[in-house]
This record gives sequence, C-alpha cells and structure tokens, in this order.
Amino acid sequence: MHRHSSIRLAVVISVMGLTTAALAASADDFKAAYAKAEAAENQAGALKNQWSTTEGALKAAKKAADAGNFGEAVKHAEEAEALANASVAQAKEQATAWKNAVVR
Amino acid sequence: MRRAVLLALALICLAAPPVSAADSANPKADFKAFRNYFTKRFPKVPLKDFVNGPYSMNADLRKQWVAIDAFPPYQFALDKGKQMFTTPFKNGKTYGDCFPNKGIGVRQNYPYFDAKSGEVITLDVALNQCRQANGEEPLDYTKDDMAALTAYMAYTSRGKPFDIKIPNDPRALAAYQKGEEYFYTRRGQLNFSCASCHVQSPGDHIRTEVLAPAMGIVAALPIYRSEWGGMGTTSRRFITCNAQVRAVPLKAEDELYRDVEYYLSYMSNGLPISGPGARP
Amino acid sequence: MASTIRLRAVASGDTTEVQALVQHPMDSGFVKSAQGNLIPPHYIEVVEFEHAGKPVFTAYWGPAVSKDPYIKFSFKGAQKGDDLTVSWIDNKGATDSLVGKIQ
Repeated sequence: MHRHSSIRLAVVISVMGLTTAALAASADDFKAAYAKAEAAENQAGALKNQWSTTEGALKAAKKAADAGNFGEAVKHAEEAEALANASVAQAKEQATAWKNAVVR
Repeated sequence: MRRAVLLALALICLAAPPVSAADSANPKADFKAFRNYFTKRFPKVPLKDFVNGPYSMNADLRKQWVAIDAFPPYQFALDKGKQMFTTPFKNGKTYGDCFPNKGIGVRQNYPYFDAKSGEVITLDVALNQCRQANGEEPLDYTKDDMAALTAYMAYTSRGKPFDIKIPNDPRALAAYQKGEEYFYTRRGQLNFSCASCHVQSPGDHIRTEVLAPAMGIVAALPIYRSEWGGMGTTSRRFITCNAQVRAVPLKAEDELYRDVEYYLSYMSNGLPISGPGARP
Repeated sequence: MASTIRLRAVASGDTTEVQALVQHPMDSGFVKSAQGNLIPPHYIEVVEFEHAGKPVFTAYWGPAVSKDPYIKFSFKGAQKGDDLTVSWIDNKGATDSLVGKIQ
C-alpha cells in the first residue's frame, strides 16, 4: 500500500512536471520572445516588406499572453519571428533578383 | 516554425544568377521590350485591345462583358462623378479650375513627375490637392467619391492615348526605376511579384479569375469590380493585390505605389484610356 | 430623385430583347458592417415588366440577389415605339418605376 501510493505520487508528480513545463513559459519569456519578433518585423517594415501572416502571428501571441497562456504566446511569437526573418531574407534577396525578371 | 524555415530555404534556392551589366535605366528600351513581349505572345490581340485586360484574353468573358456594357455597372458612379465634378466648392471654385483644359480630357497625362515636389503626382493625388487648396477635406483614396470623380475624368478621356512623360530629371528617372523595381519584386508570403501574374501569366487563371496583361492594365481604372460589389481606384487595386499575396499593403498613394503607377502608365503609352472599367 | 432603373429594349422582328439595371443595395441581412453589426435586410421583392397593360416578365427576388441587379430577357408581341413599364417593390415597401420606349 505504501509502494502503491508512492507510485501514484510519482505519476502525479511527473504529470504535473509535464504540465508545469508547458506552463513554465513565463510572462518574461513571452516578453523576450515578443520583443525579438517585433524587432524582426520592424526590420521588415524598414524594407517595406512585411507579411500579413507575421502580423497575424504577433496578434495571436499578444492575445494568448493577455489570456495568461504564455506557452502558447511564446510559440506564436517564435513563429512571428521566423516569418519576419523570412520576409527580411526575401526583401534582401529580391533587391538584386528582381532584375532577372525584367522583360528585355 | 518548420514551415517558415522551409520557405526561407526555398527562397535561398531561388537565389539569382549574376545580375546583368545594364543597370542604368533606359525607359525607351524598356518600353520597346515590354511591347514586343506582349504583342509577340498574343499576336491575335489588336494592340489597342490590351487595355481591356482579361477580355482581350478570353472570348467567353468578353461576350459577357459586351452584354453587360449596355448598362455598365460603373454607370451610377459615373453619374455621381459628373455631378461632383461640376458642383463648386464652398468657396465657389470648381475642380476644373485646378486642371488644364478645365479637367476635361486630361486623364491620359497622369501620373506626371512634379519637379517642384520631386515626386510623382497621380490624378487621385492631384484631385485631393485641388480639394485641400480650396478648403475642402481630402477624400479616401480607395473608393466611393474618389472613384466616382476619377471615373468621370477617365470617361472624358476615353479613347485618348496615354501620354506619360519622363522629363530629363534624374529624380524622375529614379521614380520610374523604383516603380519598375517594385513591379518585378516578389513580395508577401506567397512570394509573387506583380510580374508573376501580369507578365508571366496573362490569360491564365488564378483561382477563378483570368489574369490581365500588364501592358494597358492601368488604362481601365477606376473599375467596378463585381468581386467588390462596387468601385475601386488604383489604390484599392494595389492594396488588395498586396493583401492577396499576404504582403502588408502600403498606405494608399504611398510614394512607391505612385512610382509603380508611373512605370505602368509609361509602359502603356500610346494605348487608349478605356476607363472607367468593369471587371469580374 | 434620379430613377434607380436603367432600361433598354430593342425590337427585332416579333422579339423584343430587354436589358435593365436596377440600383439597389440588396442587403441580405446576413452581412455585418465594419462595426460588427448586422446590416438589416433590404432587398427588392418583386420586379415586373409590363407591356400593353399585361405583365411580360415578373421576378420574385430575395436576399440571394446581389447589389445593383442586372436583368436580361426577351418577349414576343411588342413593336418598336411601344411603351414598356418597369416597376419594383422592396421589403421596406419602397417602390420605383420607369416607362421606356422600345427601340
């Protein structure tokens, strides 16, 4: 009986551990991830090449954070950062690549 | 995350081969090349018909357009535009006082490069400048009243060939170049440029729409689009195109938008104004 | 107030081809405004074309018909110079009508 309850306790603790890990993303984690995403999006803005999906991911991140779901919020912020970086890469590559499309 | 990484890799793989040596702009040569490209690709389309966009590319669409042209859907906007144009401002002046030839039959000269401001001025911008100079509030650039006014002005120019000038001014040439660059630059998460659809694929379908050729594409503006259930200006079209490729649009009449309108209009020199237009 | 109806009727032999464009918002009642409120239904319920006192075409419309509807149809028994009357009534009880000449 003693072993049974300790196994049960171990299961409960490990389940809690999993949930806690997901919840472990804190408000600070979100702020950091969002700041990175925003910085990348501002870079894209300076190049006049932002994607609407980046904006959508940023909004989703904010919304999740406002609801206290920091794990989800960080996920969205990371996606936004990746999209923003891709849009910056696109703008930089296109700055020379466009010339090859010109009708001659 | 993975999707974005894959897209980034795809973009890198599209990396350009060495750029051509001819980097300085030559609008006259560009114009010739542009015209040859479209006339060679569509030898059966009469030159002037390119201004009819998808109708020059698809016979069935054309039939429907001819039928509906007895009562063009832009008729109500046109009537409103005429009424607006002929109604004086609160100070007694009219739109005609701001334009050459009283604003009648001048649409084909826009956009033009304004030496004083060093910027491209489109017809829509000129209209708002006229309003503000006469103590009136500027109009929203994308639809409604602005579309009605420009519909009327286009109508008075129907049939007149585009006559866009690039003066001997390095700033004008730079504006033309920026417009050309914008037109061919891929943008948005879907990675399309204006050219992807309107140079590479005119006459083809994108979803249910038939794509118009870039040559003459601005001649029919402003347009009544069935999709919008109403009128839209050049600004509205540029903004929605951007949104459709998942790019965040610029503000209406942003300098870049005016530059690309300048470029496209110059490329349509000699082709007749067909606006206001009706499109699916 | 200007008419909401544009009419064109052309006789060719015994057949008259009619085209008409009616200006009307034809709000279905299912669309939300920019503020998020439902735009109330406002659409034409009946549109009728009459020649020599008899209806030659009657349409019962509803929310499925789009803004500024366009109609095209043909009928027999009229000739050039005859009058053709178009009239409509919407779900708010508003009406409009127009008399045009067959060309």
